[in-house]
Amino acid sequence: MERIDIGEISLEAHIAGRGPPLLFLHGLDYFAQHQPFLDRLAGQFRVIAPRHPGFGNTARPPWMRTVGDIAYLYLDLIDRLALDDVLLVGASFGGWVAMELAVRSGARLSGLVLVDTLGLKFGGRDDVEIADIYALPADEVVRRTFADPAKAPDYDAMGDAEVEEVARDREAAVLYGWRPFMHNPSLRHWLHRIKVPALVIWGERDRIVAPSYGAHLTQRLQNARFVPIANTGHYPQVEQPEAVAAAIEGFGQEITR
Amino acid sequence: MMHTWHFSEMAYHPAWAHLNESYRVIIPSRLYDPKIGADLYHRYLDEWALCDELGINIMTNEHHATATCADSVCTIPMAILARETKKVRLLALGMPIANRENPLRVAEEYSMLDVISRGRIEMGFVKGVPFEISPANSNPADLMERFWEAHDLILKAMTSHDGPFSWEGTHFQYRSVNIWPRPYQQPHPPVWMPVGSQGSAREAAARGITIGTLNTGWAATPGIFNAYRETAAQCGREMTPHHLAYMALIGVGRTREEGWRRADQILDYSRTSGVVSPQFANPPGYVPPAMAATAIKGATTARATRLQTRDGKPINPRTVGVEDAISAGLVFAGTPDDVWDQLKSFYDHVGGFGHLLMMGQGGHISHEDTVDNLTLFSKEVLPRLAELG
Repeated sequence: MERIDIGEISLEAHIAGRGPPLLFLHGLDYFAQHQPFLDRLAGQFRVIAPRHPGFGNTARPPWMRTVGDIAYLYLDLIDRLALDDVLLVGASFGGWVAMELAVRSGARLSGLVLVDTLGLKFGGRDDVEIADIYALPADEVVRRTFADPAKAPDYDAMGDAEVEEVARDREAAVLYGWRPFMHNPSLRHWLHRIKVPALVIWGERDRIVAPSYGAHLTQRLQNARFVPIANTGHYPQVEQPEAVAAAIEGFGQEITR
Repeated sequence: MMHTWHFSEMAYHPAWAHLNESYRVIIPSRLYDPKIGADLYHRYLDEWALCDELGINIMTNEHHATATCADSVCTIPMAILARETKKVRLLALGMPIANRENPLRVAEEYSMLDVISRGRIEMGFVKGVPFEISPANSNPADLMERFWEAHDLILKAMTSHDGPFSWEGTHFQYRSVNIWPRPYQQPHPPVWMPVGSQGSAREAAARGITIGTLNTGWAATPGIFNAYRETAAQCGREMTPHHLAYMALIGVGRTREEGWRRADQILDYSRTSGVVSPQFANPPGYVPPAMAATAIKGATTARATRLQTRDGKPINPRTVGVEDAISAGLVFAGTPDDVWDQLKSFYDHVGGFGHLLMMGQGGHISHEDTVDNLTLFSKEVLPRLAELG
C-alpha cells in the first residue's frame, strides 16, 4: 500500500501495473479479497485503488460525511497524479462514488465501469431495491452476497488487525450510507451528465441489489452496455475475477480504439 | 440519604410465550392485544402512583418495537404522573436524544413536565441500546457526536431566556431557538445518563451528569464508579454520592422464600431483555472497531458476558437464577433484613452511591405482589437508608 496526500487527507492506495490508468473504487468491506482481480488488471493497466476516507487505514476528517465529498477527493486525486483518459471502475458502494464523480466531471475519464453498483433509487417509497444488510442475519447476508458462499471471507480465521479493519470499513460504509440507505435520491436525475461510454457489470445472482436494477441503470445511461456474469453475486470481481477483468479489458480496448 | 426510585419497563409479557429468537425489532404487533395492553398500562401507572404514598420516587424509560418494554415514549407516563402524584420526584431515564430528530421537542417536553410537576422532573438523556438503532433508523456511526450536540442544544434552549438564539450545528440547525415554557427548576432539571462503561462514566463526570449504572453488577460497578470519581476530581468538579445511581432488581417478602419468588419473577426482565437477533445487537459504528471486531468474529453479541458472581463464575442473564443473581449484585432479595444486608454489602463494595434504582416490577410478577413488594420495601427497608450516604 502506498500513501498519497491530498490536502489534509492521507490516502492509502494500492498502485500496481503499467498501461492506461484505471482508478478502482472499492465496495463495502474486506478489500483484501480483491487482490486476484486487481493483480489481473495490473497486467494491462496502471491500477490505482485508494481506500476511501474512514476505510482501511485512510483516516476520515470529521467534516467528510457524504459520498459527494469522496467524489471531489478523487477528482483531486486525478489532478494530483495528472491522469488523463482514466478508466473509472466502481463496485458496489464504490460504484456510487464513481457515478458521483462522473456527474461532476467526466473531463479526465475515458470510460466508466459500474459493478453491481449502489447509489440510486428508481422505485417508489415502498420498494426495497437495496437489501438492508444491517437488518439481516449474517449468514443471510453471505447467501445474498455470494453465489458460492464458500467464497465469503472467513472472519474467524483472520487476525485481530484484519478483522478490526473490516469493522472500520463497515463503520465508514454506515457513516456515508445509512440514510437515505446507500443512495442519493437526486443522483438519477444527473445521470445524463455521464457522457463517456459505460459498462454495467452485474452478478446474475446478486441478491443485495438485483440485476434488474443494473439493467434499468443501463437504459438510463447514454452509451452503456449491460454484462451479466453467471454464477456470481454482489461481488462478481471476487467470485470470478478473470471473467470480470476480461470484460473490463475488452471494454478498455473498445473505447481507446 | 440514599434516594430510591421504582422502575418498571411496562412490559407486554403476554407476547413472550410466542417469541423465540428475538423479543425486539422485528416482532409483529399482531401479538399485542390493545385491550390487555390498556389494562397493563393502567396497572403499571397505579403502581407508580402508589409510590407517591410510599415515599419512593418514580423512574420510567423507553424502548421501541419490543414486547419487553411497552413504554415507547418515556414522557407519556410522566405526563400522567406529573399531575397524579404530588410529592415524589420523577426521573425519565430516559430520552434517546441521538435517536430523536428534534432536540427542541425534547426540551419542550421536559420543561412542560417540570412546570406541571412543580419542579419534580429529572431529565435522563440516553445513548440507547444498539437494538434501538433500527427502529429509529439512526446512524450508529456518529451516534455519540449527535448525542452530545443534542445535549448541548437542549440545555442551552432550557437556560436561554432572552429571546431566540441561532444554532447551526453539524446535526441540528435552527435559526430561531426560543422554547416555551422554561423549566420550573433553575437553571434546569438535574441531568442523568445511564452508563455501562468506565469511558462513558468519565464523559459524564466531566460534565457533572448523574450516572445510572443499570445492572452492571458486583464485578464491573466499582470500576465505573471509580472512573467517575477520578474524573470528577481531575476536572475539579465537586461531587456527592448523588451523582451515582445503581439499578438492581428487588424482591422483598415476609419470608425469604416470598422475596426470592418475587425476585425470580422480576428476573424474567433480565432473561428476556437481551433476547434479540445478533445483527441488531451490533450495528456497525455503535462501538469502537476493536470491540466490533470481536462481534464480527463470533458473529454473535459480545455483550453482558462481564457479569459474574462474587467468586468469578460467569453469569448468563438469560438463564440466571436468584441465588447467582444476588451474588452478582443484580438482585437484592429476601426478607427486609436480607435485602438490607445485600444492599449494604454492595454499597460498601462499590464505595457508596446516592440513588437506588429499584426494579420493583418486571416480568410476570402480579400487581398484588408488586404492591406488597413496594410497600414492604417502603416500610421495612427505606427507613434504614438514612444510614447510607
